[in-house]
Amino acid sequence: MPKHVRAAYSISSLPAPVGQAIPFLHRKRRLMTDPKPLLKMTGIAKSFPGVKALDGVDLEVASAEIHALLGENGAGKSTLLKILAGAQSPDRGTISFDGQEVTLGTPQDSQKLGIVTIYQEFTLAPDMTIAENVFIGREPGPRFFINWPKMEAETLKLIRRIGLERSPMTLVRDLSVAEQQMVEIARALSMQSRIIIMDEPTSALSSAEVEKLFRIVRQLKSEGISIIFVTHRLEEVIEICDRLTVLRDGRNVGAGTVAETTIDGIIRLMVGREVNALYAHREAGEVGPIALAVEGLTRLRTAHDPHATELKDVTLHVRRGEILGIAGLVGAGRTEMARAIFGADPFDSGRVLIDGEPVDIRSPRDAIRRGVGLVPEDRKQQALFLAQAIRSNLSIAALDRLGRFGVFVDERKERDMVEEYRKLLNIRMASPDQAVGNLSGGNQQKVVLARWLALRPKVLIVDEPTRGIDIGAKVEVHNLLFEMAKSGIAVIAISSELPEVLAVADRIVTMREGRVTGETMRADANQEKLMTMMTLSAASRAA
Amino acid sequence: MTDAQRVTAESARFDWFGMLARFAPLIFLVALMIIFAVLEPRFMSSINLFNVMRQVSITGLLAIGMTFVILTAGIDLSIGSLLAFAGLVAAAVAKGGMQDRFTVGEGVIGWGWELAALAAIAVGICGGLLQGLAITKLKVPPFVVTLGGMSVFRGAALLFAAGGPISGFQPDFTWWGQGKIGPVPVPVIIFLVAALLAHIALRYMRYGRQVYAVGGNPEAARLSGLNVNWVICSVYVIMGFFAGLGAFVLSARLNSAEAVAGTGYELTVIASVVIGGTSLFGGAGTIFGTVIGSILIGVLLNGLVLMNVSSYIQQIIIGVIIVLAVAFDTFAKSRRRKA
Repeated sequence: MPKHVRAAYSISSLPAPVGQAIPFLHRKRRLMTDPKPLLKMTGIAKSFPGVKALDGVDLEVASAEIHALLGENGAGKSTLLKILAGAQSPDRGTISFDGQEVTLGTPQDSQKLGIVTIYQEFTLAPDMTIAENVFIGREPGPRFFINWPKMEAETLKLIRRIGLERSPMTLVRDLSVAEQQMVEIARALSMQSRIIIMDEPTSALSSAEVEKLFRIVRQLKSEGISIIFVTHRLEEVIEICDRLTVLRDGRNVGAGTVAETTIDGIIRLMVGREVNALYAHREAGEVGPIALAVEGLTRLRTAHDPHATELKDVTLHVRRGEILGIAGLVGAGRTEMARAIFGADPFDSGRVLIDGEPVDIRSPRDAIRRGVGLVPEDRKQQALFLAQAIRSNLSIAALDRLGRFGVFVDERKERDMVEEYRKLLNIRMASPDQAVGNLSGGNQQKVVLARWLALRPKVLIVDEPTRGIDIGAKVEVHNLLFEMAKSGIAVIAISSELPEVLAVADRIVTMREGRVTGETMRADANQEKLMTMMTLSAASRAA
Repeated sequence: MTDAQRVTAESARFDWFGMLARFAPLIFLVALMIIFAVLEPRFMSSINLFNVMRQVSITGLLAIGMTFVILTAGIDLSIGSLLAFAGLVAAAVAKGGMQDRFTVGEGVIGWGWELAALAAIAVGICGGLLQGLAITKLKVPPFVVTLGGMSVFRGAALLFAAGGPISGFQPDFTWWGQGKIGPVPVPVIIFLVAALLAHIALRYMRYGRQVYAVGGNPEAARLSGLNVNWVICSVYVIMGFFAGLGAFVLSARLNSAEAVAGTGYELTVIASVVIGGTSLFGGAGTIFGTVIGSILIGVLLNGLVLMNVSSYIQQIIIGVIIVLAVAFDTFAKSRRRKA
């Protein structure tokens, strides 16, 4: 990688000056009414190959408090929670619980201390009863037997305590998402929890259900239980949390009481860096006519896929030669939208127009035939055949162009094609016969991009095009997107990294909870503005 | 380390284990042949070796079809039953009906071996197609569909044969199982030609790429615009084709077709494919490996027979070898991931 590229990018990894321009941080001392917090994590560090997920993070949670843990996607929240749950061990740092230093080597260690995590995707067994799920692995009864009446009675006590009006013998399958969440909470209570970690607990709930959840959370607090609350909805932080900790790029960038902060203040903390220093901009070129338009796209949740975000009346368009950025937090429905347009998932209503003509796309095959391509968000699961050669990976969608006598693959043409894209995209590989799984993430992504370029699409949707690849390869991928737009392709770029969206897009659409919440030209946008559009509902922004 | 450095480091380090894993079946086969040659002089005689190959060719034909199925991470347990049914239909066609089922010679008004072979293959293809449709349209796992098929086709065969075998065919029919071209038995030639064609299909045709893609990562294949259901259905049709062809050759070799033919073939055939290095998880494997795997099983059984090892013990050995072969595959995979 050329030296100057690295230099230009290293700014992103500089720590933000902690405490600077964060007024409420200074009042931290006064807040520590409890000199011995229930949980104290100090200097936690954790690295994965190529990524420093956490770099000396502190977290303090007092007893009977609701503590918000905030940060952008990739800020390090999940890693911190996994360490707390005993699912991963930190490289450095200490954890003390109730004044005692502890090691959380296994999930059992955490559970014994009373630290229980309720994940976004529930861990319930759908075909077992509420009672069985609450006491799974800890069924009351003598030795190998289960004392059913006792289990039922205790479950009943627990679920009534949090207001779940169901029989303990109801199958979990028959419960709503909100009720299943209450079963998870009941299970946490049955383990004598002292800290319950809730990861995005409201993302799948209706507003009435959120109110009910908040009543339960407040009740737990009054019983002396602490809650670590992870959410992307900042209004909720203001409404229910006592204190907060904000992470960015694996470091603490702020902590304080909620009463003394504002949503704007939190957004500044979460975003916190100078955009211009990060990525090269491009001059927006001439844009052509509308290549792809989506009107009123709606996709309801199905029993088949209960965790997918519902799409509600999504309308947008992209022009030839334009890069449309889609910004939104996890669960905003960006990926669901891309998959629906591409025919990978069905949708309930709305229509897709290509070059002004309504088209009926029912499968990725149809989409490809109409000139629409999708680079999916998960390269390894959804795009690559890891054990197979680079050339087969590159040519799989374009085999009909490499045909000989209709049925054979013309390997000379195929090798020429690989060579063409190897040069064009600067793919670093030993030979076209090398398994694609042996390439670095950046080069794997280039192979996926090459696959789609070889089809010469009209519209290319790229979902998280630079996830998990190093910064040098990121620049190359960005430049490639610019080249595509210049050649007249309409590009839709989905990214969780705001600096990336601001760097590549000509125009940006924001989404939240399956709806389009705003649209802006890149020239008029900045991270704070986008974060506001992404996190607040239309109603609270108007207020 | 930059990407460029990483690439050179990868290519510089020769992967001894990878090479060993790739040629393990062949190495094992050679070792086994040496052991038998030493222990039992009769083993290396050309008569015995051609005999082994003749026996291998039937299960080998089925194993070629099974390779396609397993490459898509599927399985077909119904092949033995389908083979019996197809064999009976072919026999009935060759005899011109169900009368005179034991008569040989002048009195028989048969329809000839051509039509008999076609009938066997047609039955096989229809059986495979039905199962392929059940897997892709009804979304029933291949294991269950073909377990059902195993029972259905066996029942159909018993019903069709009404209990007894059909035997005594014209010499031009039996030539396909008993004849020789030079010193080489005809079934062996059929097997090797079929293997060559299958190798070409998988290695050089667009269809082959699609089979590997669907087996390697069905979601990625779908998002690359492949018709995944069509590919999955097609491998069961190919399997059916080979079950039909195998039925024809087996009936010709035995000069008889009966409803209990092919019992237990699924075990031998799946073992051949797996020992040949095809991954039960799909997406990896070769026809070359399957040919070696089939011969390996044939040699093993033949050697054990020559050494008077009881057929019960042979079954135990085959079972253990299947499990070990899959364990080796899993082990090699986890090593690759770590590297």
